[in-house]
Amino acid sequence: MSLASHPPDDAGRIVRRPVADFARAASRHRGFLIGATVLLLFALAALLAPLLTPFDPYLPDVGNRLKPPVWQADSLAGHPLGTDQLGRDYLTRLLYGGQISLLIGFTSVAISGTIGITLGLLAGYFGGRVDAVISFIITTRLSMPLVLIALAVVAIAGGSLTTVILVIGLLLWDQFAVVARSATQQARSADYVRAARAIGCSLPHILFREILPNIAPPLIVVATVEMANAILLEAALSFLGLGVQAPLPSWGLMLSEAKTFMFFDPWLITLPGLCLFLLTMAINLLGDGLRDLTRRGSG
Amino acid sequence: MWAVILRRLTVAVMVALAVSVVTFGLSHVAIDPALALAGDSATDLDVEAIRERYGFDRPLVVQYADYLWRLLQLDFGTSYLTNRPVLEMIAERLPATALLAALSIAFALALAIPLGVSAALRPDSIVDRFALFFAVAGQSIPNFWAGLLLILLFGVQLRWLPISGSDTLAHFVLPMIALGSYATPALMRLTRAGMLDVLASDYIRTARAMGLSWLSILFRWGLRNALLPVISLTAVQFGFMLGGSIIIESVFAIQGIGYLAWQSMSRADMPVIQAIVLMISLFYITLTLLADLLNAWADPRLRTPA
Repeated sequence: MSLASHPPDDAGRIVRRPVADFARAASRHRGFLIGATVLLLFALAALLAPLLTPFDPYLPDVGNRLKPPVWQADSLAGHPLGTDQLGRDYLTRLLYGGQISLLIGFTSVAISGTIGITLGLLAGYFGGRVDAVISFIITTRLSMPLVLIALAVVAIAGGSLTTVILVIGLLLWDQFAVVARSATQQARSADYVRAARAIGCSLPHILFREILPNIAPPLIVVATVEMANAILLEAALSFLGLGVQAPLPSWGLMLSEAKTFMFFDPWLITLPGLCLFLLTMAINLLGDGLRDLTRRGSG
Repeated sequence: MWAVILRRLTVAVMVALAVSVVTFGLSHVAIDPALALAGDSATDLDVEAIRERYGFDRPLVVQYADYLWRLLQLDFGTSYLTNRPVLEMIAERLPATALLAALSIAFALALAIPLGVSAALRPDSIVDRFALFFAVAGQSIPNFWAGLLLILLFGVQLRWLPISGSDTLAHFVLPMIALGSYATPALMRLTRAGMLDVLASDYIRTARAMGLSWLSILFRWGLRNALLPVISLTAVQFGFMLGGSIIIESVFAIQGIGYLAWQSMSRADMPVIQAIVLMISLFYITLTLLADLLNAWADPRLRTPA
């Protein structure tokens, strides 16, 4: 960033205001704004689900099975998006499904981020044998088919929300490790790291307090991409029946349950998929925007 | 060059061994193989007999060595369910999956390369913006949902194509689109980035200054250099497709490896799952090794140790 954008203050010092600069650049980036807004809307809708809908997402109402949404004839008042094969309000199921997807996204990325970043920091900082061993672990992980391994482990351990979060968290760490490793390799010989070493800072302090904040921007971008991947992976596992189990309203599971009825009641398929698509796309747009913005800011 | 080949080969063999440890762990440590083999109605005595007969009572290291020795003789074990050799079951299903993956990667490249090149030729134009939007959208679409939508549109509404099974080539069109469009965004982005780099390079400027025709510059020097990294990514994506085809095969009921894996998982038929995971991994390791060597051969700068 050029000096011109940081005019000296009254005392003649250059004032850097990274947060304000970032906010100004972000407010002009269309993709970032759209992504952030849609993600925020999904998060609000999921969190406020109990206030937004009077229905219970689990309670069947067999008298009102498979009622179509409002834009079709024969729809039922009070059920704007119709009802599913057990008569449960579809809008309610979709809203609560958002909770599951967002929960999976955040928690599994917290797990995979911790694993991947720690491995990457260690490999990049020490180099040599440590790097060789960690790089070997990364290569091995990348060589195994992600979906198949995840499915096999869930099949063995039994499908549940916790298992799915753990499995995805323990598998999706590779990109964090790759990016943290190369960023740390560059940061290793920087002055602030040498200074920290010279005054006797502990290893965890150097890695997590000194290096990590400085290499955070590309890792945040990885976190958004992996969050989108985690959400899609959960949906795929649940769709195949080896993920989250009924009656939880996971969007992937809803798609799987609706498959039988898709030819006569196609909205049962289109709506959960659309939610998945929009949420994932919002997160990806946000990530792409962050990549643009942080790259520009550091240039 | 020989030193490069030897070094890469050593790493590939070590990774393959590490993968075999994981697949062994899946079926021998994560669950009790004797229990899985005996079934629900077996008594404790039956389980004990099976454990002894199949050698599950030996130390794990011995069992792993035995597993590895059998693998080297291409013995992938016997299915718990059908009692047939796993290799035979996989060989039956391989053609369908190989065909699907090959068609899908061809579809992805046919879409990604022209789009990536035209986006790079005019950065920030309508084409470029469309390509980037297409990349983000393609990355975000759940491919099983795309498959279901394709079934609804082309199979049910328009009735153009069959929606289930793998008997004729027409059966592979919709799955090819669903699986291929997943690999397209990454390939497109890389083509675009590579092309942008190459177009800004000195040798292209020199060629233009010499007055060579723009098209011949583009195809003889531009595309050739821009596509080198795309080769590696194509290998990686092809490997992903074999693993990811389980979802698409289950949507379209294609009788391939993925479908077999899915069936085996629902019934805890571990030897089959183990063999499929191992084979796809080995295939992926071989592919990336070949792509590495191809790149090292094409670009001498990559031959120095990292």
